[in-house]
Amino acid sequence: MNGQDEQPILEARHLTRRFGGLVAVNKFNFSVRAGTIHGLIGPNGAGKTTTFNVISGYYAPTEGQVFFRGIDVSGRKTSQLAEMGLIRTFQGSTLFQEFSVLDNVRVGRHLGARAGFFSRLLGTDVLSERKADEMARESLAFFGLEHLADEPVSNLPHGHQRMLGMAVALAAEPEVLLLDEPFTGMNPEETGRMMTLVRRIRDRGVTVMLVEHDMRAVMNLCDRITVMNFGALLIEGSPEAVRHDPAVIEAYLGSGAARDADGPKRADGADGAA
Amino acid sequence: MFLFAALAVLPYLLSYSQQEIAVLLVINVLLVCSYRLLTLTGEWSLGHVVIMGVGAYASALLAKRLGVPVPLSLLLGACIAAATAAVLSIPLFRMKGFYFLIGSFAAGEIIRLIWKRFTNPFGGPKGLKRIDPFPDIDIGFLSIDFYEPVNYYFLALIIVSASVFILYRIERSRIGLTFHAIHWQDRLAESVGVDTFRYRTLAFVIASFFAGIAGGLYAHYIGAVNPTRFSVDQMVYVLVWAIVGGTATFYGPILGVVVLTVINEIVLRGLGVDTARPLIYGAILILSVLYLPNGLESLGPRLRARWQRWRGGTVMAGGEAP
Ligand SMILES: Nc1ncnc2c1ncn2[C@@H]1O[C@H](COP(=O)(O)OP(=O)(O)OP(=O)(O)O)[C@@H](O)[C@H]1O
Ligand SMILES: [Mg+2]
Repeated sequence: MNGQDEQPILEARHLTRRFGGLVAVNKFNFSVRAGTIHGLIGPNGAGKTTTFNVISGYYAPTEGQVFFRGIDVSGRKTSQLAEMGLIRTFQGSTLFQEFSVLDNVRVGRHLGARAGFFSRLLGTDVLSERKADEMARESLAFFGLEHLADEPVSNLPHGHQRMLGMAVALAAEPEVLLLDEPFTGMNPEETGRMMTLVRRIRDRGVTVMLVEHDMRAVMNLCDRITVMNFGALLIEGSPEAVRHDPAVIEAYLGSGAARDADGPKRADGADGAA
Repeated sequence: MFLFAALAVLPYLLSYSQQEIAVLLVINVLLVCSYRLLTLTGEWSLGHVVIMGVGAYASALLAKRLGVPVPLSLLLGACIAAATAAVLSIPLFRMKGFYFLIGSFAAGEIIRLIWKRFTNPFGGPKGLKRIDPFPDIDIGFLSIDFYEPVNYYFLALIIVSASVFILYRIERSRIGLTFHAIHWQDRLAESVGVDTFRYRTLAFVIASFFAGIAGGLYAHYIGAVNPTRFSVDQMVYVLVWAIVGGTATFYGPILGVVVLTVINEIVLRGLGVDTARPLIYGAILILSVLYLPNGLESLGPRLRARWQRWRGGTVMAGGEAP
């Protein structure tokens, strides 16, 4: 494990994002240590996706900063951040629906398969392209999708599409991987398999930050958890600490969202408290 | 192979005026093919014909004013068209979709206004006349006069074939894959490191380069250019060719321009109603959007499917019969 004094690989300081009068993210702080699986949880509309969108450069922060590897990257473009090794996935199935499964992952190899314009034209990029193909297939194999390589994406069931989204991200060789609700739409068996895979991704040296509503998965998987509510930090700590924190239980019960509520309630053994 | 043979004998089967049309058709094939490359990223421009005009004016002026030899002026003209696109992409690619469409129209009108306003060097509304033709080739045993439509047809055919081949190579390479990726999911493309602004600009610049070549070929063939020739009416024809042909495949727009030109020049002219061209193009566009929404390119696979179903049906019917 990393020491407390080590510099976090990803950090937000007083991060704020407003949409008109609405404060989606409000002076939010968190820090992610390298080599960990870090959970970001909170009731619906807490601002988790918006936080990911700001970290990954889709929105500029209204105030505050994001630090990646100690560098202030606030306001940088998504593609620049990807080049630095910060790769995100999307909530829901955001894929190139018109492409084959393999071509999706080949696009994921964009940064790894560089070649000049004229070498593309003359076809002298074959070697780097062959390598890109190989790595794309490896990334598919990692998620057990290699037999579907030539299928059109639209033929894939939802759970497979979620995995493909991650395969595309993994093909980009991330240093930090942001996963937005990776287990939604998966059955318990698929979720179990995905959890193993996420651990293996971490063991390869990739830092994972994930947003997830499946509390059992989050509690099992994460080394540390940040809880946000109404755009602001509620608490950051180990799964144990978070699970028993009264403010967290309050936030989830208060939100009244059924799919959120069962996790912490059950974890706390406070069924029927509502 | 068959196609090459057909293209080689074609001009000898045509009358003089039809040969002239064949030259323009070949040039238009390059125009519409280059336009398709731009549409791969999902952006439809209304300024493509004006960019063709930039290539035409530039090549003509380089030859007329600076005495640049014609084949070289053509290449430089295309480079100027590409450079114009590179500059325009800075404001234009801040917009997307409908706003890009309108922005590209406005940019085109500004360029045309410059041609009209500055008589020196652009010749004002009357444009440029007596543009240097391609120099004759005369090396003793071989002498080719490019004033002859047949000869210019072959010259244009060679240049256009080479250009179309390059466009095809680009589309089939990773660059083409990236263009498509930007079209379907620009956010996902960005998230794995694609600089969408750079790639949109790249598509625009390449498309404009080849539109510039088409413009140069036009200018040195006709010998005159004026702002009206590159107006938005002409752009509408390019759109109709692309939409009627279909833009899902590489050959769709080529099919569109060839079929519509043949209909226009042979059928309509034969019937003596070719002055009603805009009206009839409009009708064809509406009909094809209604009954052939995926363009002429979808006709082949559809007919094949129907043929197979029909054959399958007869086989089955035969099987049922004792
Ligand atoms: N582009 C936008 N414009 C205006 N408001 C937005 C925008 N994006 C998000 N919001 C608002 O910001 C708040 C936080 O939304 P966000 O999607 O970040 O929540 P979340 O925690 O990801 O929720 P969920 O668990 O449902 O995915 C919501 O009130 C939402 O309506
Ligand atoms: Mg969300």
